[in-house]
Amino acid sequence: MSKLNILTKGFFKENPVLVLVLGTCPTLAVTTSVKNALGMGLATTFVLLMSNAIISLLKNVIPDKVRIPSFIVIIATFVSMIDLLIQGFLPSLASSLGIFIPLIVVNCIVLGRAEAFASKNTVGDSILDGIGMGIGFTIALTIIGSVREILGSGSFLDYKFIQGDGILIFVLAPGAFIVFGFTVALVRYLQSKKKAS
Amino acid sequence: MDKLLQVSGSPHVHGDDSVKKIMWSVVIALLPALAVSVYYFGLPVLILTLVSIATCMLTEYLIQRFMLKGKVSITDGSAVITGLLLAFNVPSNLPVWILMIGAFVAIAIAKMPFGGLGKNPFNPALVGRVFLLISFPVQMTTWPEAKPIWNLGADVITGPTPLGILKEGVKNGQAVNDLMSEMPSYVDMLLGQMGGSFGEVSAIAILIGAIFLLIRKVITWEIPVSFLLTAFLFSGIFYLVDPTTYVNPCFHLVTGGMMLGACFMATDMVTSPTSRGGMLIFGAGCGLLTIIIRLFGAYPEGVSFSILIMNALVPLINKGFKPKTYAK
Repeated sequence: MSKLNILTKGFFKENPVLVLVLGTCPTLAVTTSVKNALGMGLATTFVLLMSNAIISLLKNVIPDKVRIPSFIVIIATFVSMIDLLIQGFLPSLASSLGIFIPLIVVNCIVLGRAEAFASKNTVGDSILDGIGMGIGFTIALTIIGSVREILGSGSFLDYKFIQGDGILIFVLAPGAFIVFGFTVALVRYLQSKKKAS
Repeated sequence: MDKLLQVSGSPHVHGDDSVKKIMWSVVIALLPALAVSVYYFGLPVLILTLVSIATCMLTEYLIQRFMLKGKVSITDGSAVITGLLLAFNVPSNLPVWILMIGAFVAIAIAKMPFGGLGKNPFNPALVGRVFLLISFPVQMTTWPEAKPIWNLGADVITGPTPLGILKEGVKNGQAVNDLMSEMPSYVDMLLGQMGGSFGEVSAIAILIGAIFLLIRKVITWEIPVSFLLTAFLFSGIFYLVDPTTYVNPCFHLVTGGMMLGACFMATDMVTSPTSRGGMLIFGAGCGLLTIIIRLFGAYPEGVSFSILIMNALVPLINKGFKPKTYAK
């Protein structure tokens, strides 16, 4: 696999949310607006990048039997860092993302990449994989967040272009499931078309 | 010959039921309720109904023709029923564009993605209705008052539904008996002179349609009877325990969407169980959930939610109540 391939496979072909269907909890919970989706995506990208790098550095030191707890400790370190950073510099984002920032610790994308990629590959490859997967996660969240914000509150990045409320269901939980489902269906459709041609 | 399904020896009886025939029977059965709605709420009822039907049919046509590129089957009447039932479930002063969104959602989200008629797990009209109720709570709960068509004044007066009065009053600690003076009389409620979604108000007109369907054997008695009986008994228990906070069970049967839900929504062939035992359980579950939502939930009315929840359980119910294999 070429270096470029490792980086770009997370964008679309192996998109963690839309193809691997990992990390659905933050996907459904924080995509009520583009701003939240972007913030969540970038925070997770940072954690993915750092944890992948450190885990792949330490992969020969960590005993196999306790690898999952060790990964969690490493991931939790970076999550705490990003949590405090967001609280310090972006308090409004921190209050709207709430519990979902600490919950990045148990995001299956982060742990999944550590287990499936970083613990078996070189540091450079792991960093590329972390960035690629993080960007893929951010892309997916931003797509879903845009649809939900435009339909649900009639605004984009807090810029309102209609009076009053939108179709409220899209900022509520059922709307998250509907948009998520249709986005996954669309990606599957595009991929099957690509395969056929 | 391989293509023939298993056919037993003669003689055969030809049942001349077809999807078309069944669907149009349902449409005919809904006409009395439509007539009553026009009588009490006037012309907007007809406009909304036609718009809803047209949007459902158009959506189905566009999806079948341009996205699936397959056979177009909008004349089978199923989209007409979806449109009709969806329109019956909204107040008569709903802006037309909101109803069009609901009709689009009913077909494009609740029906076609699952494979079209016969494969949708949830009743499309109810999905459309609940979608609108959650998305446009203000417009969906502003009820115009019912009055005979020749009494049309200058303005349409809006008022709460009987269930709305009850919910609000009980929340404020008023006794049910005091609230009853604000309510329409039972005769009015039976005939349909009360606020509400325009197709659900008249219990009598809906029952006439349901009896027509029972005679035509389009629906069977199990679901409506178990639905209404469970709701009656369950709310009756509460009434007997504490008649000051819980209302007479008869009130529950004639208000809100109870009749429409039990006779036309829950009995949808596609989204209800196939066996007799399953149907009884399904109806009982709907009745129970409806009363629980009405008595303890945040919404005054729970028929559409309860039917949708039971829709989700239908595959499980079907598994538990398999019909006996013939000759075993």
